Amino acid sequence: MTTATTAGAERMTLLSALNVSLRTALAEDPRTLLMGEDIGRLGGVFRVTDGLQKDFGDERVMDTPLAESGIVGTAIGLALSGFRPVVEIQFDGFVFPAYDQIVTQLAKMHARSRGRVRLPVVIRIPYGGAIGAVEHHSESPETLFAHVAGLRVMSPSNPSDAYWMLQEAVRSDDPVIFLEPKRRYYDTGEVDVRATARPHPQGARVVRAGSDLTLAAYGPMVATCLDAAAAASEEGHDLEVVDLRSISPIDFDTLVRSVGRTGRLVIAHEAPVFFGAGAEIAARVTERCFYQLEAPVLRVGGFHSPYPPSRLEDAYLPGLDRVLDAVDRALAA
Amino acid sequence: MSDDTVRLLTPEGVRVEHPEYALDATPEELRSLYRDMALARRFDAEGVTLQRQGELGLWPSLLGQEAAQVGSVRALRDDDHAFPSYREHAVAMGRGLDPLALMRLFRGVDNGDWDPEEHHFHLYTLVIGSQTLHATGYAMGLAKKGAESAVVGYFGDGATAQGDVSEAFNFAAVYGAPVVFFCQNNQWAISESNERQSRVPLYRRAQGFGFPGVRVDGNDVLATLAVTRRALERARQGEGPTLIEAFTYRMGAHTTSDDPTRYRDTAEVESWRAKDPLLRLERLLRAEGSADDAFFAETEAAGEVLATRVRTAVRALSVPGTDHLFDHVYAESHALVDEERAAFDVYQASFVQEV
Ligand SMILES: Cc1ncc(C[n+]2csc(CCOP(=O)(O)OP(=O)(O)O)c2C)c(N)n1
Repeated sequence: MTTATTAGAERMTLLSALNVSLRTALAEDPRTLLMGEDIGRLGGVFRVTDGLQKDFGDERVMDTPLAESGIVGTAIGLALSGFRPVVEIQFDGFVFPAYDQIVTQLAKMHARSRGRVRLPVVIRIPYGGAIGAVEHHSESPETLFAHVAGLRVMSPSNPSDAYWMLQEAVRSDDPVIFLEPKRRYYDTGEVDVRATARPHPQGARVVRAGSDLTLAAYGPMVATCLDAAAAASEEGHDLEVVDLRSISPIDFDTLVRSVGRTGRLVIAHEAPVFFGAGAEIAARVTERCFYQLEAPVLRVGGFHSPYPPSRLEDAYLPGLDRVLDAVDRALAA
Repeated sequence: MSDDTVRLLTPEGVRVEHPEYALDATPEELRSLYRDMALARRFDAEGVTLQRQGELGLWPSLLGQEAAQVGSVRALRDDDHAFPSYREHAVAMGRGLDPLALMRLFRGVDNGDWDPEEHHFHLYTLVIGSQTLHATGYAMGLAKKGAESAVVGYFGDGATAQGDVSEAFNFAAVYGAPVVFFCQNNQWAISESNERQSRVPLYRRAQGFGFPGVRVDGNDVLATLAVTRRALERARQGEGPTLIEAFTYRMGAHTTSDDPTRYRDTAEVESWRAKDPLLRLERLLRAEGSADDAFFAETEAAGEVLATRVRTAVRALSVPGTDHLFDHVYAESHALVDEERAAFDVYQASFVQEV
């Protein structure tokens, strides 16, 4: 699963990084609980929780009845009684039975109680497409959560961030929607699990420096954007790629600094463009960088159409070509 | 299996009496029940094979559940309706749907787009439990229109934990809807055994909602048929819903993506193999002299014909054009969809010219 490398870092998959991160969370704080469907003996359908019930017992790693509203609703109650539940929703498309609990209760209780109540609940959701799955297994619902005040929303793009951002989520006293890019579960990278602090502090991160245009993404699209930047460099274009990491809040300072340097911005996400995260980013960056922008901010993403049958997902998803097409248009402007 | 389970045919293939339920079936009917189960089993095996060969993205096998499905669907009249979950391949076939339609869904060329009114077989539903509410509402609609038909809503043991299913039970009870809730308790919801979903036998849930619940040996096609027939009659006569718990077993993996060896032992699987739904009917047919080797050979051959047809057709299925993305998002035209379609056409055209 993992192989040792230099200086405390280990090479592992994004999936293993999440597993190790949950293990750390369970070991460090007895109030941490894991809840979800099939997360115990099976280790989850993706095996993110593999081995954790065996090592921490079924009081800490709980296979729940098949009921998402029940899972999140009882996680709220457990949090009220002092626990720190980390909930797994099996697939993106199955979070909606819990949406009521998330939106009307989880997100609002802290404010309603004027700060008396804290709900440190993490909701982990494998999300996004490109895995050839059937309906409801490939969706990108981040905007549906980011639009709700009271929820933090984040999505890692690589194993190190997966480990550290999950640590951050678990330690947060706010509810966190933690979106795991399932098509990147088997991507590998170095994770320094022995470090006492994350190698890259919170906020957005410039994962590739460049001067001609800024590509902004999070989660599964970061790798696609890095590929696009590599392809563009062969044609002489020097692209900067910013991994936002957090979708609520968004680190606009890092983004604005980047756009200040490049003068051009393309935002890519799998979720539909219409009312997507890109719309908010475009608006805010335009407000702050109007005079530095040399082209309209462009967005690439899914269509205003239900996620298609798998044999059509390549057309639906913003792949390398569609990202490059937007880059070309922005550079031409 | 507990005493309150309705059974008319033992695993040894012996017919037994039940104080409340009986089934008069001619040898011809028995043979046709067997044939439907055998064809469903063969079709299902082809689904697993095609998935292994990369022709399908996923396949949820019904292996072991043939009697529960064939027995229940046989009880429906043409004017009745079935609302399936995602494993009801034998129900689909029993309603007359070309099972190739199921393969299209699992191949990923569509999301299951058959006309639900053509065979009164509604759309597969992957979100657990949702369809029980649709079945109830449809039944309410039938009653409002004065139709004398009924609805069967299919779901699994795991689904009974979902709020939607409890809500469906309650709506059906409150409105006296002509709906039969048909729960295939195949003992497992992926890796969770049904004790994780409910601490009372599932059929007893109905009592708390105010309608009868009955547990039937789901590997006994005769008992399943008799029990479903009775429940549908009640529904049609305005006596409201019934919950049927068909006690059965999922012999295969949850789906082709699943590895059941991680959570259940082979001894359990083997104990259910001895209760095989086809084998027991075969034993009865042979004991009664209602079917001979020729019949079984013929049935097997028909299964091969079906499998070959399906295999060839699946391989020939073409991927729909990208218009599929934009067609039917709305019933009426929608400016944003039109705009995105036009932009995508331009994008694709630019691409073609480059080549
Ligand atoms: C709302 C929802 N949550 C989770 C899932 C993932 N899932 C698919 S099948 C399944 C188990 C279903 O078990 P059961 O209802 O017993 O039916 P069976 O598959 O055994 O026929 C789960 C958890 C889903 N499809 N829908």
